[in-house]
Amino acid sequence: MEISAILSIIIGMVFVNNFVLSKFLGLCPFLGVSRNTKSALSMGLAVIFVMSLSGFITWLVYRFILVPLDLIYLRTIVFILVIASFVQFVEMVIRKMSPAIYRALGIYLPLITTNCAVLGVTVLNVNKFFANGKSLPGSFVLSLLQSFFAGVGFTLALILMSGIRERLDLNDVPKSLAGIPIAFIVASLMSLAFMGFNGFRF
Amino acid sequence: MKRLLKEFTKGISRENPVFIIALGLCPALAVSISLENALGMGAAATFVLVFSNCLISTIRNIVPNRIRIPCFIVVIASFVTIVELLMAAFSPQLAKQLGIFVPLIVVNCIIMGRAESFASKNNILPSVLDGLGMGLGFTLALSAIGVIRELLGSGQILGQAVLKSYPPATIMILPPGALLTLGLLIGLINLIKSKRRE
Repeated sequence: MEISAILSIIIGMVFVNNFVLSKFLGLCPFLGVSRNTKSALSMGLAVIFVMSLSGFITWLVYRFILVPLDLIYLRTIVFILVIASFVQFVEMVIRKMSPAIYRALGIYLPLITTNCAVLGVTVLNVNKFFANGKSLPGSFVLSLLQSFFAGVGFTLALILMSGIRERLDLNDVPKSLAGIPIAFIVASLMSLAFMGFNGFRF
Repeated sequence: MKRLLKEFTKGISRENPVFIIALGLCPALAVSISLENALGMGAAATFVLVFSNCLISTIRNIVPNRIRIPCFIVVIASFVTIVELLMAAFSPQLAKQLGIFVPLIVVNCIIMGRAESFASKNNILPSVLDGLGMGLGFTLALSAIGVIRELLGSGQILGQAVLKSYPPATIMILPPGALLTLGLLIGLINLIKSKRRE
């Protein structure tokens, strides 16, 4: 595994192919939870956590269960079930172990099940790092990296957006654009700015 | 009869999933590069909506309330897999263009939302009509965004050159164009609604 492959995944996932701003994954929480910076950060951390571990578990399931049994066409069903039950499990564990973390992240966890970014990254992992039912060299580490940094990219976009929206509340927005429409226009300008990273090559 | 008609039409206009309720935004933006993609995605989502609503409404009295969400997810994911396989077999080019967004129909909030808020409480016929109406509303919204982006971004509609002397604004086909189009469209709808109320 080369350092350039790792770097291109990191830069690609955080900046160039940012999940929210250039792939349109996870737009619902992006608009729903970006009203203030604090909840945006909590949501972001919860997403990073769930994404990395989902990437880990689905890689194992795909490599050691679906591929040997020749069941890769069940990928979608199996992955969404794995993610849903994993999120449920995490919620129970956090509630038992640490009420403080539960209070901070608890309400966001159920939302994550239907966050398309999580299912998206797992599908992207197996599309990219498996060819003809065989895992490519280093696919495990690369999958983990991709899942983690996709979450980081999501969090970055969410926090930037929440900062802008906090300022936006104090401004005079045309009545028919207030709320969701102006958020989209702001996101459009952010996405334009992120396109500037397109030139990065390794 | 009138009630059934109402269930059908509400998804198209009054409760349009994309423009009014703001659900299912990810695929709405990602695949609306052209009208063709928008129609393909709309058809796939409508198929899943109609059949999952139908099946969920059929089994709604058998499924225990506490595990209903996982059951709904399995039902929806099965229909999505059917669509995935059908699309790969009959229209591989479309499947390639929609890419990752075909399996992601599973987490399209519209489908889960209709299952939870409508199909799990109503009979089969209203549920099917509700699914059909919502699916058409989704397709309509996607096509509206798709037409605008394709026209301004490449001067074409369905691959046919329409604006010949117009230099295409490529930005409209790129991600920022999608966000801008949707934001302005929702703004326009709000404006029309408030004008009507006056």
